[in-house]
Amino acid sequence: MKKRALFALGGFIASTTAALAGGMIDDPLLSFVKVDQFELRDAEGGNSFVWDAQGWVGYDLKKLWIKTEGERVGGETEEAEVQFLYSRSFARYWDVQAGWRRDIRPEPNRDWAVLGVQGLAPYFFEVDAALFVGTDGRTAARLEAEYEFLITQRLILTPDIEFNLYGKDDPLTGVGSGLSDMELGLRLRYEIRREFAPYVGVNWIRKFGGTADFARVVGASTNDVQWVAGLRAWF
Amino acid sequence: MTTKIFSADGQALSLPRRRFVQGLAAGGLLTGLGISPLSSRAESGVGPQPQVLRGRSFDLTIGSQQVNFTGHPRPATTINGSIPGPILRWREGERVSLRVTNNLAHDSSIHWHGMILPTHMDGVPGISFDGIRPGETFTYEFDVNQNGTYWYHSHSGFQEQTGMYGAIIIDPKQSDPVSYDRDYVVVLSDWSDEDPSRIYAKLKKMSDYYNFNERTGMDLLRDIRDKGVSRTFSERKMWNTMRMSDRDLSDVTGYTYTYLMNGQTPAGGWAGLFKRGEKIRLRFVNGSAMTFFDVRIPELKMTVVAADGQNIEPVTVDEFRIGVAETYDVVVEPKDDRAYTIFAQTIDRTGHARGTLTPDMSLTAPVPEYDPAPILGHGEMGMGMGMAGMDHGMHSGGKSKPMAMDHSMHGGSGSGIVHVATEYGPHVDMRAENPQLHLDDPGIGLRNNGRRVLSYADLRNLYPTPDVREPGREIKLHLTGNMSRYMWSINGVKFADADPIQLKFGERVRFSFVNDTMMNHPMHLHGMWSDLETGDNKRIPRKHVVIVQPGSKISYLVTADAKGGWAFHCHLLYHMLGMFRKVVVS
Repeated sequence: MKKRALFALGGFIASTTAALAGGMIDDPLLSFVKVDQFELRDAEGGNSFVWDAQGWVGYDLKKLWIKTEGERVGGETEEAEVQFLYSRSFARYWDVQAGWRRDIRPEPNRDWAVLGVQGLAPYFFEVDAALFVGTDGRTAARLEAEYEFLITQRLILTPDIEFNLYGKDDPLTGVGSGLSDMELGLRLRYEIRREFAPYVGVNWIRKFGGTADFARVVGASTNDVQWVAGLRAWF
Repeated sequence: MTTKIFSADGQALSLPRRRFVQGLAAGGLLTGLGISPLSSRAESGVGPQPQVLRGRSFDLTIGSQQVNFTGHPRPATTINGSIPGPILRWREGERVSLRVTNNLAHDSSIHWHGMILPTHMDGVPGISFDGIRPGETFTYEFDVNQNGTYWYHSHSGFQEQTGMYGAIIIDPKQSDPVSYDRDYVVVLSDWSDEDPSRIYAKLKKMSDYYNFNERTGMDLLRDIRDKGVSRTFSERKMWNTMRMSDRDLSDVTGYTYTYLMNGQTPAGGWAGLFKRGEKIRLRFVNGSAMTFFDVRIPELKMTVVAADGQNIEPVTVDEFRIGVAETYDVVVEPKDDRAYTIFAQTIDRTGHARGTLTPDMSLTAPVPEYDPAPILGHGEMGMGMGMAGMDHGMHSGGKSKPMAMDHSMHGGSGSGIVHVATEYGPHVDMRAENPQLHLDDPGIGLRNNGRRVLSYADLRNLYPTPDVREPGREIKLHLTGNMSRYMWSINGVKFADADPIQLKFGERVRFSFVNDTMMNHPMHLHGMWSDLETGDNKRIPRKHVVIVQPGSKISYLVTADAKGGWAFHCHLLYHMLGMFRKVVVS
């Protein structure tokens, strides 16, 4: 199994290495890491630390992606998720992505197969939408959208929104079926360099339905407005 | 906190930018690096002048060395230790031999740009020859059967961006139809402290990385104030649905580039001497990797006498745009004992190269302000001039004369734009549906600017067209790409996946272009002339680089009189890897 995966990776990398006139390759193997959120949140009941990062290795039209996000509160990781995806471009601004997602926290771990699209919608909305199919008949969906509003060339206001939906209750991880939660953020960053931008912002988290009920049982908030401060970086 | 960021914004932008744009006063190789300076005061000017090598036999050495244009020493690739390399002065009718030694750690090459010569002397690795290995010497030898201003540069990797270019002057065998008292080469180029492969990688990861002239909220507020909400919305609707920026003039800008004139930064500036009443021939060469320049000499008329080395009927202008790899020769006659600024602002107005013509080295002239940064319009989208009429701001009332005449001239080639199947897919973001000829259009940012600006319609060959045959066939080429993925191709097929273009020896063929992108592409055919169809087929100008304006169409005729394999590509360095074809004449 592992061996086959390695072969697949080797084939992926070798597929575009034809040397061209002048020894140039128009489509070199590149890698990219972007930390969208690396931030402290002034959450109800204490500060939390949140990360949301993506990276890829690949070529113009096909890439291997890693996405991870999570949250730590009081020295403990409360939420952590990682996705490994193969991505292929199918339209001028859109990639289709398929792979595997693992929820590491909260425990027990949950594994999902992922099928999603990521790209740029009209009016410059960056969209990431994915369907997840897990074990024991679990299903989920996530929709994220973000917009970049340039106040100046370097001062950029970014509203973003995320919805999570689940097909059925999962009491062990505190998830109720239906619309589970929504996160609405507004971040103002200053690009000292393109690659390096500190930001401040505000984030509104709202839990719904069964997920909100589970949260109330453990005394967690279901409706929280948080100030955030963090760093956005890529290389 | 927010106001602090606001005020910091102005400073962060203005202070380092000024330094980037201006460069060091004493830039380049002259700053005490223990390298013999490139200046050779034996030539007619004073101050740092490029070295001139004359004769039939030349030794050129490609090497790596430190330069300092910005205050930071950086590695560069040089020819005979200078940027630009030495001026090579040949004579028409002679045979030249050039021994080129590669002292780099990588393969290298020199391509003699615009020269008509045998294929194996053309200097393109993989097509003409194998390149020059480290430590090796390759001898180029060919007959010089043309005259005028040309240039040479590396055709390996990104070496051209790091300094490997220089000018060629070929004196005519017969008397020169252009009379002048002295001549200067003016090589324009773009220098970056960044490694070119990093620039390329950045463009792939974020294609607008270098663009700090995007639309902002401030523009939005101003537009709403001036035009109202609904008109502001409708004007932006196309750009928003297309997901493209109407401020996308240059992929690489003054954010990283310092623009050079004869290897001098704008802060120092190159200078050439003249005596009042003299006729001065300026031989402009755009040796940039990525930069189009708009050139003028305030208060001096320029008489354009040659384009791409070939004599044209003299045309007097205030300004001309020079695309990457083009050359223009102009004659100026200063009537006063004063200094004049040669001002070359970039097409995106993020920087300039500067020089001075002066009777006295202690004199300089003021440097003009930049023109406003151009904003792309419907024409650049390939939607034709008709739609541009809907928006006055976008075309700034450009010379939108009826194009019917131009259509008929092309024998119907302009009618019915067909995009082939390979143009559809994630690698192509736009297809021009109604591309127009822009022959009499000097280009975006130059329309109706109050100055007389050269356009391709002004180019009339000084001599009759040598091959008056009608073309036997037409090769249709659509210049394609996906800006945000930073992928470039021809007819949607990149070089790596493309078959060569086959020409039959001796045939006359039309290359017709449609630009399905919003960038200017300077298309360069090696080994054979590109006879640009400007309307008068009796005086057809012969070029080696033809700018295909955004969203437009244009065509040229080629006489396939040179057997072998030839390179054919966009001369923008970071486009050419994909927007490239091999042409085989057999």
